Amino acid sequence: MGRLRWKTRVFATLVVLANVLGNFFLSLGLRHRAAASSWLEALTSPWVFLGVSVLVFWMLCRLALLSWADLSWVVPVTASGYALTALMGKLFLGEHISAARWAGIILITLGVLLVRTTSIRTTRPYRRSGGLP
Amino acid sequence: MNWLLVAIVALTSSLGDALQTLGMKLHGEIHDFRPGALVGVLRRLVRSWHLGLSLLLLAVSFGAFLLLLSIADLSFAVPATAVEYVSTTLLARYLLGEKVNWRRWTGAGLVACGVVLLAL
Repeated sequence: MGRLRWKTRVFATLVVLANVLGNFFLSLGLRHRAAASSWLEALTSPWVFLGVSVLVFWMLCRLALLSWADLSWVVPVTASGYALTALMGKLFLGEHISAARWAGIILITLGVLLVRTTSIRTTRPYRRSGGLP
Repeated sequence: MNWLLVAIVALTSSLGDALQTLGMKLHGEIHDFRPGALVGVLRRLVRSWHLGLSLLLLAVSFGAFLLLLSIADLSFAVPATAVEYVSTTLLARYLLGEKVNWRRWTGAGLVACGVVLLAL
């Protein structure tokens, strides 16, 4: 159980960070591009390439996490990325956070902490690690 | 029309996630994180229909969300799709047989409300 907890903590952190960073890089690359020509240009932007690569990494980490953790555990816990994105906007971009948004950040944090007190896996393994039939 | 699209977004994305989880659980827990072993995992996953169908469903969900954004405000679209947290938890409980106790339900509900408030 110790190893499962440790591994889950590492992968849940990777999933959250990769999602936040991937979206951040994509938005850097796509910002202020309304015209069709600049959209094509955006596809060759290093920020878009970096964003897409980080999001591919995000998906692979999430798949690995789902190979042992419950879906009903992973989905709420990794939603902490929403709160982190809002806080990053305030810290790095000086964005204003309204009272309603602070309340949202607090509710998400409470929800994540509550789900984290439940067991990571509640189903029996379908089969031992190995290939698909 | 707006609520129909919200339903399509939530259902296809929850179903896609549930299928992805099913595919991964059928594969079995990943123990070995050496590059060679991970390539082997990827090879097996590419051949699994669960993952292919889940990606198709997630693509439909993304397309429906873009369509929703084109006819509704962002401040409607994002909070409305927070219902995904509820539909995913329901599918995890009834399709995948996960044990969702009151703490997990409350946590998922709090997260969904938080996402609504963040998007307003």
